[in-house]
Amino acid sequence: MAKHETPMLDQLESGPWPSFVSDLKAQAEKRAKNEEGINFQIPVDVVDDLLGVLELSYKHGRTHWKHGGIVGVFGYGGGVIGRYCDQPQQFPGVAHFHTMRVAQPGGKFYTTDYLRQICDIWDMRGSGITNMHGSTGDIIFLGTTTPQLEEVFFELTHNMNQDLGGSGSNLRTPADCIGQARCEYACYDTQDLCYDLTQEYQDELHRPAFPYKFKFKFDGCPNCCVASIARSDLSFIGTWKDDIKIDQEAVQAYIGGELPPNAGAHSGRDWGKFDIQKEVIDRCPTECMWMDGKTLKIDNRECTRCMHCINVMPRALRIGDERGLSILAGAKAPILDGAQMGTLIVPFIEAEAPYTKIKEEVIEPIWDWWMEEGKNRERLGELMKRQGLQRVIEVLGVDPDPRMVQEPRHNPYIFWKEEEVEGGFDRDINEFRKYHQR
Amino acid sequence: MAFVSSGYNPEKPMENRITDIGPRKYDEFYPPVIAKNKGKWLYHEYLQPGVLVHVAESGDEVYTVRCGGARLMSTGLIREICEIADKHCGGHVRWTTRNNVEFMVDDKSKVQPLLDDLAGRKFAGGSFKFPVGGTGAGVSNIVHTQGWIHCHTPATDASGPVKAVMDEVFADFQNHRMPAHVRVSLACCLNMCGAVHCSDIAILGYHRKPPMLDHEYLDKMCEIPLAIASCPTAAIKPAKVEIGGQKLNSVAVNNDRCMYCGNCYTMCPSMPLADTEGDGIVIMAGGKVSNRITAPKFSKVVVAFIPNEAPRWPTTAKTIKNMIEVYAADARKYERFGEWAERIGWERFFDKCKLDFSHHLIDDFRDPAYYTWRQTTQFKF
Repeated sequence: MAKHETPMLDQLESGPWPSFVSDLKAQAEKRAKNEEGINFQIPVDVVDDLLGVLELSYKHGRTHWKHGGIVGVFGYGGGVIGRYCDQPQQFPGVAHFHTMRVAQPGGKFYTTDYLRQICDIWDMRGSGITNMHGSTGDIIFLGTTTPQLEEVFFELTHNMNQDLGGSGSNLRTPADCIGQARCEYACYDTQDLCYDLTQEYQDELHRPAFPYKFKFKFDGCPNCCVASIARSDLSFIGTWKDDIKIDQEAVQAYIGGELPPNAGAHSGRDWGKFDIQKEVIDRCPTECMWMDGKTLKIDNRECTRCMHCINVMPRALRIGDERGLSILAGAKAPILDGAQMGTLIVPFIEAEAPYTKIKEEVIEPIWDWWMEEGKNRERLGELMKRQGLQRVIEVLGVDPDPRMVQEPRHNPYIFWKEEEVEGGFDRDINEFRKYHQR
Repeated sequence: MAFVSSGYNPEKPMENRITDIGPRKYDEFYPPVIAKNKGKWLYHEYLQPGVLVHVAESGDEVYTVRCGGARLMSTGLIREICEIADKHCGGHVRWTTRNNVEFMVDDKSKVQPLLDDLAGRKFAGGSFKFPVGGTGAGVSNIVHTQGWIHCHTPATDASGPVKAVMDEVFADFQNHRMPAHVRVSLACCLNMCGAVHCSDIAILGYHRKPPMLDHEYLDKMCEIPLAIASCPTAAIKPAKVEIGGQKLNSVAVNNDRCMYCGNCYTMCPSMPLADTEGDGIVIMAGGKVSNRITAPKFSKVVVAFIPNEAPRWPTTAKTIKNMIEVYAADARKYERFGEWAERIGWERFFDKCKLDFSHHLIDDFRDPAYYTWRQTTQFKF
């Protein structure tokens, strides 16, 4: 018997999509029965009360969580999001309902042994409710009490060799696309670079030392399956420098209809017979492709590596062999100055372990600059807007590159450094007046 | 509920403390066929919606079955996923960047038994636990946020609207009939955790009333300069107020300059702004993150306000369904939602989708707003 009436939430049990309400109800019942004899360390009816408070929010059209909440574990300045219900008498099971962020493995591959151990800890010491996964990538343990935070952390680190993720003004948990693990487009090992940098910068992740939050994300190619260009302050996107590899026989197999375009992604509708001219050559953004009789030609020097032709004909076209990545900086959501996508700051850099150049010539100089100059709660992208892309170029110690702009400026409000101008800025008006009377 | 220690000693908190070990290493969890063929994949194919095969240089194959997930899930459900992964996949499973679940097998003969098993699993209320789909040119899972389940600043719920919208567009989770893939996302306030600013269609929680001021507590609970600095339109200034004969430091909000972003409440607990009738949903459209053909795009505001209609948000769900249907009927193959809208012109987009164009949709935020107006005689009647 459910503890609270939930007539509105009950309506979200119907329909085909997996119902979170049904799942929560099953979990509430499971805890109430407790067939495994678990020694629950937080209220048994936590999930009932979660449904109860959510139902109340549905009725009021307003959240019932108090503002903020500052909790954590000793040694770290982040990793736990404190939360308290604003109706604790009515819903004591969620009076404390803190979230713990748990660092996820690259590509979010798991073994069932690992997942069961995670579930064992969370069933006993938390609500048994999770987010798989948070938007940044973490495994989210949703709901426990303050006294359990250290206990969960002890069990994670001692029994599972598993750390917390990041929160606050620090390096947040990095995340990657599936990369070379199961994708033929991956231009570098996204999982290895993600793991290497996560380990390298553990201190920056656990102890907030930055003006504001900072995120890394790793995409193996410009398709951006982990959306690094929109969702990370430093975005690492794989690319190549040499020629796209063409298998002309496979091209003919596409033309002949033996292979489905785009690997069959459009199989739900009749789009007619594959037309390489219409679907590939005419859609190429730089018009650098053509058919020379039965041979597909690409003027690779003019190719911007958008991935379209490779996406349409994955069995005929392959990424080049001289591989690396581009780095884009400054993506963020709208608050405060407006949304930003990453701006290209490093067109190409090698991505081989131990990634020394990436760390020493890009990440650390950017951090040194932003940590010194960034205002309180100013994202990297906003500092770039305030001080200019020219400052990034100085910080990186590289030459300005037309690849870094979409177009040159159209206003003529151009700053010069004094040393660039003959004679400098220090001038005598009396000298000027000798030739120009008042 | 007797306390059970993990071994942590609260008397000596720093003793025996392990820190900075990070996540477990990725390759501990790879299925054997993935570990063996990593970096040596030749090509892939969608065999049917929700089912992929990847073929390696070695000739090895890995078949992937992708299932929808609610993201918010219980350990009970994770344990069921483990049971399935043990039965069919040698104890391996993964999640995607859109919070779908992927089961992988190394032989074609293992695919159908897995599909049959998944199809039979339903929740008590009748919904599918593991609907197969989310691949190719269809509508995959909705990237979303906490809403009323856990957050203190939302203007709408997350899990509820997502369930309502996915029920409405469910057929397209299991089909490849779209011109290109359609990414839908939701954020319950304009902090935009997740992907709202860069999705084909986005649902955004929005307030329409300025904050209330809890003068009595404000100076005690807030660092006033932070609240002032948090405002994108400089609507907040410091103020002295008199409450019950007592002079207090507080703030004043110029309601004419406030556009209800809620960022001051993020910084200051004494400035709450949630409201039953005021709060609701903004719909955005036309964003993308991939670099395919065109550059990544921001999503644009196309519906200024839809009320919160718990529990099933019918107007939101119907509006999105309609936009998807018009796009599906009108766009060219490979054309993303934003590419289509830009090609036909936004005036034609509003026309075709039968959406009202109100003054709210015209940008008025600082200098860049000018670049969104039309400086040309080129337009369609």
